[in-house]
Amino acid sequence: MNPQLTRRRFIKGVIFSGAAASTGAGVYLAANAQPGSGGAERLITLNINGRNRPVDVMPSETLAYTLRYKLDLTGTKIGCNRGECGACSVLINGVPNYSCSVLTHNVKGKAVTSIEGIKGSDGSLHPIQAAFVTENAPQCGFCTPGQVISAVALLNNNPRPTKAEAARAMSGNLCRCGAYEHYINGVLRASGQIA
Amino acid sequence: MSMHIGFDFTPPDVPGKVTGEIKYAEDYKKEGMVFARLLTSPLPSGRVAGIDATEALRMDGVVGIFTADDLPPVPPPGNPSLASNYVTYVGQPILAIAAVTEEIAESAIQKVKIDFERRPFVVDPLTSLAPGGHNAYPEGNVLVRTTEEGPEGSPIRGAEIRDVKWPQTAIDALKSGKEPIGGEFTTEWSFGNIDEAFSNAEVVVEEPFVTMGYPHHSLEARTSMAYWENGKCYFHGSSQSQSANNNGLARLLNIDPADLVFINEATGGGFGSKIGAYPIMAVSGNFSRVLNRPVQLRITREQEFYIGSARSGMQGWIKMAANANGKVTAVDLVIVNDGGATGGGSGNSSAQHVTVAYQPENMRYRGISVYTNTTPRGAQRGPGQNEMAAVLAPLADKVANQLGIDRVAFRRINAIDSDGFQGGSQGPVTSAFVKEALDQGMRTFGWKEKLEQPKENGSKVRGVGVGIGYHGAGGRGYDGLVRIGVDGKLYIHSGVGNLGTYSYAGTCRAAAEVLKMPWNHCEIIRGRTDRHLPHSSGQGGSNTIFTHTRTNWVAAQDAVSKLKEIASSEHGGTAEDYEIGEERVFNLRDPSKNLTYAQAASKAIELGGKFSGEVAPADINPITQRAVEGLAGTGLIGVAKDNLPGQGQPPGVLVGFCEIELDRDTGKYQILDYTAIADCGTVVHPKNFENAMRGGAVWGVGLAALERHVYDPQNGLPANTGLYQAKPPTYLDVNLDTQAGAVNIPDPQNPTGGRGIGEPTQGASAAALASAISDALDGHLFNSAPTTTDMIINHLAGNEYSTKSLKTNTF
Repeated sequence: MNPQLTRRRFIKGVIFSGAAASTGAGVYLAANAQPGSGGAERLITLNINGRNRPVDVMPSETLAYTLRYKLDLTGTKIGCNRGECGACSVLINGVPNYSCSVLTHNVKGKAVTSIEGIKGSDGSLHPIQAAFVTENAPQCGFCTPGQVISAVALLNNNPRPTKAEAARAMSGNLCRCGAYEHYINGVLRASGQIA
Repeated sequence: MSMHIGFDFTPPDVPGKVTGEIKYAEDYKKEGMVFARLLTSPLPSGRVAGIDATEALRMDGVVGIFTADDLPPVPPPGNPSLASNYVTYVGQPILAIAAVTEEIAESAIQKVKIDFERRPFVVDPLTSLAPGGHNAYPEGNVLVRTTEEGPEGSPIRGAEIRDVKWPQTAIDALKSGKEPIGGEFTTEWSFGNIDEAFSNAEVVVEEPFVTMGYPHHSLEARTSMAYWENGKCYFHGSSQSQSANNNGLARLLNIDPADLVFINEATGGGFGSKIGAYPIMAVSGNFSRVLNRPVQLRITREQEFYIGSARSGMQGWIKMAANANGKVTAVDLVIVNDGGATGGGSGNSSAQHVTVAYQPENMRYRGISVYTNTTPRGAQRGPGQNEMAAVLAPLADKVANQLGIDRVAFRRINAIDSDGFQGGSQGPVTSAFVKEALDQGMRTFGWKEKLEQPKENGSKVRGVGVGIGYHGAGGRGYDGLVRIGVDGKLYIHSGVGNLGTYSYAGTCRAAAEVLKMPWNHCEIIRGRTDRHLPHSSGQGGSNTIFTHTRTNWVAAQDAVSKLKEIASSEHGGTAEDYEIGEERVFNLRDPSKNLTYAQAASKAIELGGKFSGEVAPADINPITQRAVEGLAGTGLIGVAKDNLPGQGQPPGVLVGFCEIELDRDTGKYQILDYTAIADCGTVVHPKNFENAMRGGAVWGVGLAALERHVYDPQNGLPANTGLYQAKPPTYLDVNLDTQAGAVNIPDPQNPTGGRGIGEPTQGASAAALASAISDALDGHLFNSAPTTTDMIINHLAGNEYSTKSLKTNTF
């Protein structure tokens, strides 16, 4: 249920102000932008895709926000901003996380890999990316960076997953186009199970 | 021998999607950009009596406010970009505030005080139609077309909102599965004599049905960013279409389309909700002009639910008759559509599905679309057809079962062929091979073998089903534009949008085919208006393959003609003496007399006129005229309007076969097998075709089993704005072993043989699944889409379930 539009809030708004205006968004409130609020150090250094990146981070800022709007790493997509779709998935110390639901301050000292860090150092596609291209797996492509992240994490832990194991591992990533079977075929191709 | 059509290739935007390098609207920044956020309505119905933004505008960093007063008024039931006098659904945008940071804009929104005047509201169409029912608008609940006598007796046609009420007896009749006698309709058509056909029928089945609307929930919310330079608006938006978006967006910005640069490299889903320019685009574009700064308006997931469109729901009644041979002799169909706060129903398309799927000898359709104070409705993947397919399939099974005819055989008896018809006007089709698709599907799926297997295994029971999906799949009369550069490459200019179906790329293969160009010497030019893109259809309605293989074909043919003319002017003889091949134009008798494509392009520039685009055909669209002007003098220009002969609608038809195992203890089921066989003419791009079958199958599961709006009837609040509650299918909800195939018989009215197939992929999947659920439960008819697990378990427990009262949008 949307916290901005609960019945309680609605009724409260009507009773006390005669109106209940809501943006229906409210993720990044100005309170978060106040200098020094919360007492946390704002200028921090993050390890992003193997590089140290100094960045000014608000106390309640999410990693997805930092990546996209502070570091210009726009490959990480925000589909829902509430931990439902997985389009913002990144690896944190090798584990896939929804970056919309991780506070940036909590990844200090940890290795963050976004989609921009998945390619090889020579610019070659990761086997998952190459397999997704071969399978023509993305449709609209908006969820694809997150799907790549989850597939990479899966193969790092389970180099030859069954189809069912792959589906379970990827099930935190929604694809509204319904390209699930293409992505699973990509995982099987990258793991050498189909050619 | 084909070089490209029917072969796999990698569309050029795929690598950028797997690396995250391709850019969507929200990925762009511009120097000086400010951030706008929306204030949306908490009320389902009312009026904005006053806005006090004093406190918000005093905040440091706030640069402006934009309200309905800044835009032309939109009379009801239009869908205004920003609402004022008519607030008609929760979440409707009311104003935007821009600030130097998104956080400040968001905080400023919280400080705005709105005085609302509340109005009564309604969330269910039948509730509104009932005596004393509330209306979504003060003026009424139904858009009625009007005709008045004008000067000199000429009719003046219009439309107005009226208050339409049905007698309670009609409401009660519909809910109990009877004809709603006395109900008023706004659309009616018929052919033949249904009364006589019903009286002579062997079997007559009569049922009510209900389908739920549900949101598109495109994963990329419709964020946009706009700025103005030298009198032009540069607009980064999310759209299914490219060129087809131009005129509508220019109207929203009140500018000449020539002054619009629409940039749309990639689109994160649309499913019908982004075919053309949509209302909220007016805010960023006009706000940017007012502020004289780039403005990004970011839309949240929740706002995307509100303004991102939704499928219309249906409350209906159908009576179907067949003779002893299994021929459907009569159909009588009534549909009450939910138009939401704005938008129309798609009942006529639902009726059209019935005509194509069963070719009834006699039919009557009556429909009415009723406004409710819920999210605006619009086209969603096979609008009308697909939800009809889902509820019709089990009902058709009932007819077949009562006749003692196999369910696939019943569909084969009634299948459309190339002499068949579609719609109430019984218009022709370009070709149809559905019998062949059914035969192929039966073999691939193993229909007969599956029917012979034991049905029960403890608490588990198997069900097999078959369904048909249909959508009109192609248009005519658009333009194609290609250029051979002085580098010898073929540049194929595409005004088709990039929805993720890759048909923009597949259709470009037609030009390469005609010019016999290796694909690695071709480049698709697309993604922004100032790349000189031709007039193209909207990227919707499954039409692109048919429509734009034709446009690219005729443009390339024009280029071939010009190559031959140039060669004959250089080497003598007439154009007929020349042929093309291996990137040359050569004399048939003396191949040493030739020009490479690169040489011909240079020659075209020398010759000028029509050869290099300085003169364009008179019949092409102004959008294409501008594109040709922009390219003039840069190479050999091939440009033409699609004037290829032919008539009739190209049908996209898919047959689906589904096997499930249903647990009678829990109501849950698993899809064991799904086979999809398409009648879509020649398959242009096999890999992409297979993927389209798979993605559409997932959408079918959502329609048949999972997705629905849920509104609180007491306060008019939506309960499932997020993805988690709206329940689009996940990896774990669907079959991951789709067997996809195609009849692959060329359509005679397309030079490549292709027709579209995108939308029917959902309808066939939904229909086959609904048919399988019914089969597993001994033919029980839920008459509902979706049929959810709780409905199944309630049925198995002998309980009532909510859809029996035909409620839609709510329980």
